[in-house]
Amino acid sequence: MDAESLLLSLELASGSGQGLSPDRRASLLTSLMLVKRDYRYDRVLFWGRILGLVADYYIAQGLSEDQLAPRKTLYSLNCMEWSLLPPATDEMMVQTSVVKGRFTGDPSHEYEHTELQKVNDGEKVFEEEVVVQIKEETRLVSIIDQIDKAVSVIPRGALFKTPFGPVHVNRTFEGLSLSQAKKLSSYFHFREPVELKNKTLLEKADLDPSLDFLDSLEHDIPKGSWSIQMERGNALVVLRSLLWPGLTFFHAPRTKNCGYIYVGTVNLVCFLLLLPLI
Amino acid sequence: MEDLTSLKQEDNQEPEEAEQPWEEITAASSQDPVPGLPEPLESEQGPETGLQPGSSPPQSSQSRTSTPLNDLTGLGASSPPSFPQEPTSTPSTLALARQDLWSPWKSDKTTSVIPEARTAHSNHLEQSSDKGESAPHQKCQSEGNTFQQSQQTKHHLHEPKDASHNNSKLKELRLDIFQEEDSNSNYDLDHPEPGTSEVTPNMLEIAIQNAKAYLLKTSSKSGLNLYDHLSNMLTKILDERPENAVDIIENISQDVKMAHFSKKLDTLQNEYEMLPIYETAEKQKALFLQGNLEGADQELEDEIAENSLPNVMESAFYFEQAGVGLGTDETYRIFLALKQLTDAHPIQRCRFWGKILGLEMNYIVAEVEFREGEDEEEMEEEDVTEERDNGDSEADEDDEDELPKSLYKAPQAIPKEESRTGANKYVYFVCNEPGGPWVKLPSVTPAQIVIARKIKKFFTGRLDTPIISYPPFPGNESNYLRAQIARISAGTHVSPLGFYQFGEEEGEEEEEVEGGRESFEENPDFEGIQVTDLVESLSNWVHHVQHILPQGRCNWFNPVQKNEEEEEEEDEEKEEEEKGEEPDYIGQEVGPPLLTPISEDLEIQNIPPWTTRLSSNLIPQYAIAVLRSNLWPGAYAFSNGKKFENFYIGWGHKYSPDSYTPPVPPPVYQEYPSGPEITEMDDPSVEEEQAFRAAQAAAELAAEENEETEEDEDEEDEYD
Repeated sequence: MDAESLLLSLELASGSGQGLSPDRRASLLTSLMLVKRDYRYDRVLFWGRILGLVADYYIAQGLSEDQLAPRKTLYSLNCMEWSLLPPATDEMMVQTSVVKGRFTGDPSHEYEHTELQKVNDGEKVFEEEVVVQIKEETRLVSIIDQIDKAVSVIPRGALFKTPFGPVHVNRTFEGLSLSQAKKLSSYFHFREPVELKNKTLLEKADLDPSLDFLDSLEHDIPKGSWSIQMERGNALVVLRSLLWPGLTFFHAPRTKNCGYIYVGTVNLVCFLLLLPLI
Repeated sequence: MEDLTSLKQEDNQEPEEAEQPWEEITAASSQDPVPGLPEPLESEQGPETGLQPGSSPPQSSQSRTSTPLNDLTGLGASSPPSFPQEPTSTPSTLALARQDLWSPWKSDKTTSVIPEARTAHSNHLEQSSDKGESAPHQKCQSEGNTFQQSQQTKHHLHEPKDASHNNSKLKELRLDIFQEEDSNSNYDLDHPEPGTSEVTPNMLEIAIQNAKAYLLKTSSKSGLNLYDHLSNMLTKILDERPENAVDIIENISQDVKMAHFSKKLDTLQNEYEMLPIYETAEKQKALFLQGNLEGADQELEDEIAENSLPNVMESAFYFEQAGVGLGTDETYRIFLALKQLTDAHPIQRCRFWGKILGLEMNYIVAEVEFREGEDEEEMEEEDVTEERDNGDSEADEDDEDELPKSLYKAPQAIPKEESRTGANKYVYFVCNEPGGPWVKLPSVTPAQIVIARKIKKFFTGRLDTPIISYPPFPGNESNYLRAQIARISAGTHVSPLGFYQFGEEEGEEEEEVEGGRESFEENPDFEGIQVTDLVESLSNWVHHVQHILPQGRCNWFNPVQKNEEEEEEEDEEKEEEEKGEEPDYIGQEVGPPLLTPISEDLEIQNIPPWTTRLSSNLIPQYAIAVLRSNLWPGAYAFSNGKKFENFYIGWGHKYSPDSYTPPVPPPVYQEYPSGPEITEMDDPSVEEEQAFRAAQAAAELAAEENEETEEDEDEEDEYD
């Protein structure tokens, strides 16, 4: 959610029970402005909150003018002092994929993971236990990147692609219409498109190159990984990810108000077994 | 001169067509003006005015009205073959005329210069063409074909004059414009240009007109055209003069369009949309209106005295400090919905339990306790279900006697706890949204809890959804929801130490019976606990909801005992077998008793089951203690030392560090072991039978020797 319209966004996203206490809200409003100034971001998003055992991580993201450019991620424990996280790499992801369980809330905490490594000692092959230490900060980077790539959402039309390539915020976006808001095809992944290149010409025929340059949610695998609900009558559409429970996307149809927030314990649910058979 | 020529023409006109000799004469007479061009131009100025019949009929006299007719007929008869240049010249004049007519309309003050320059060009051309026309005529005359020439020249004389006259008129018009606009200089500038391009200006004209026609094309959808739209936009921009208009041109365009549509032009299409939002608003209107329905003050006082409504807003305020909870307006709607619930039912105590998220709709859950003896409906329901069960079992017993019956009996069905005890202590109402109807959930059975522990399902939001899972779940989503509520309540409802105490009388009695106290009451002497103590030590929080045993009940139920009571008819051996097979039943399941501190809760793989925190580090003196369950993500509790509340919001799933794994399939039943009762002997062989007969014969002999009766012998014969 945009840092500038934080209060309204929080109110809209409150249906999932994910709020911020008044002091956190006030401090975020203050500190994110300073972040925007100091880091010279074009736009600052309040990404969400990762619940740790001792403390919570508050995550914010800075966007440059090109909205799809790699984002800078910051975290804070007290909502005032922000630290920049390094960009996520594939190596990190492999490394941290072995860690399970909850975050502790201490960025310098080190998870210990024992691996069996084969060591050649002359002719004999030993299996040696090697203890790998993984910093929680690294895990944080990797998890945020995974969530962003998997479930960050933007409604169709909120961004547009300029003829020169960069993607900008669409000033003329007036929100989705009611009928569009109920369809998953009106929502895109807020990341570099992956699936789009694999589409056939026939599928691409109807796409508007300035708007349909992102991957649509409707082809997410597996099907049914999103819960889409109309709340408050039809005044608010809420998308909840079932892949990463805790991610809530909200959009008030016919207005510009939209955004997503992640609040939760980082727990990837193997939810195939959980879905009702339809 | 003028009069003469005109008279001659008039006289000759009618005979001209009929008889050629006449024409010769007229030709001869009209030859005079031909050589000198200036003369006829001057001389026929008079008739020219008459030759504009359409434009000025009143000016022409009655006698002259016939001349144009003559001209036209003459033209039709003879001019096309002999006069190749005329067609080229006339269109140009026509175009010019048209264009000149256009120009004053089109031209605003700024744009008027260009069309005029064009007219200047064409004028120039016109003059030159006149000269060109006149030259061949003179040649023709020199050739001496006077008869045709006369006519041609006559027509020729008429024609250019028409053109020139038009030109002169238009010039006057244009000059007027020029004088008004003081832009003569442009005219002068353009004038010296030679008549290089005679065709291109016309092409440009056409192109421009095509473009404009395209712009003026009305859209079939909106009935607008782009030409008007652009001019409206420019008007708006010039009127308002916004900063960097180019950046917001899209918005301006949209605004202009919106302004156009603000008034509905077609009343026939004015349909009224019935959006769901209106229906919801209508439903919720009832929530806000219910306060007015109450009557006199006395009733109000009574109601306040026996108030069963919880102060939702107060606890919502505290939960907001903790960073959980719904929005303020939604909370208030739920508050009103709870009021509606307490008004409609005989409820002694009510609580906002929480919200469970679903795929299509969510559940708002209220926990209520009925007043004494006023929850009879539920009892009736139970009886009905029991009767059904009995019917089923009877049907099973009607099987045939001869073949062996299935010895397998379903595991002992553990009866559910009575209402007001154990897991059924409270009754739960759910609704999908505030204002919607409250639905009472059925009471929970132990089997449902046991199975619910093994499965993990998302709620859909519809209570009648079947739950399809591997250990088959006995019931639909309402039962699953109820089971999850029971589990969550048992796990996460906590209170500060000392807030509740065991009831003195009831507690002791039940201790004797059940081996654990199950009721408690508020401690009137509770003096509160320091918030910092609550945060620092988990032992200051206690469970006030009974632990649910693995059996699925809160209070131990001995299934073996029941076996004996119900199934006295059964063989004793079987009972013994069962006892032998299920040694687990010997020991009684025991869980932590009521009001156990949460510091004794089990850890989940090195993860503490609870996280405590102060709501604000900045102002600790007014902060509250916040408790968060790590076992049930979404379960929260707060206490400010004196007050406390529990709240759950989430998917209704328990946390596990690993992904959910389905339960292992039950063991495969082993077949009956092969023993003497299964195996058979071989068929008797001949030798054996012969030996047997020999043995029989020997026996008979022996019998005879023993002098048995005849009857016996007969019988033996029959057997053989």
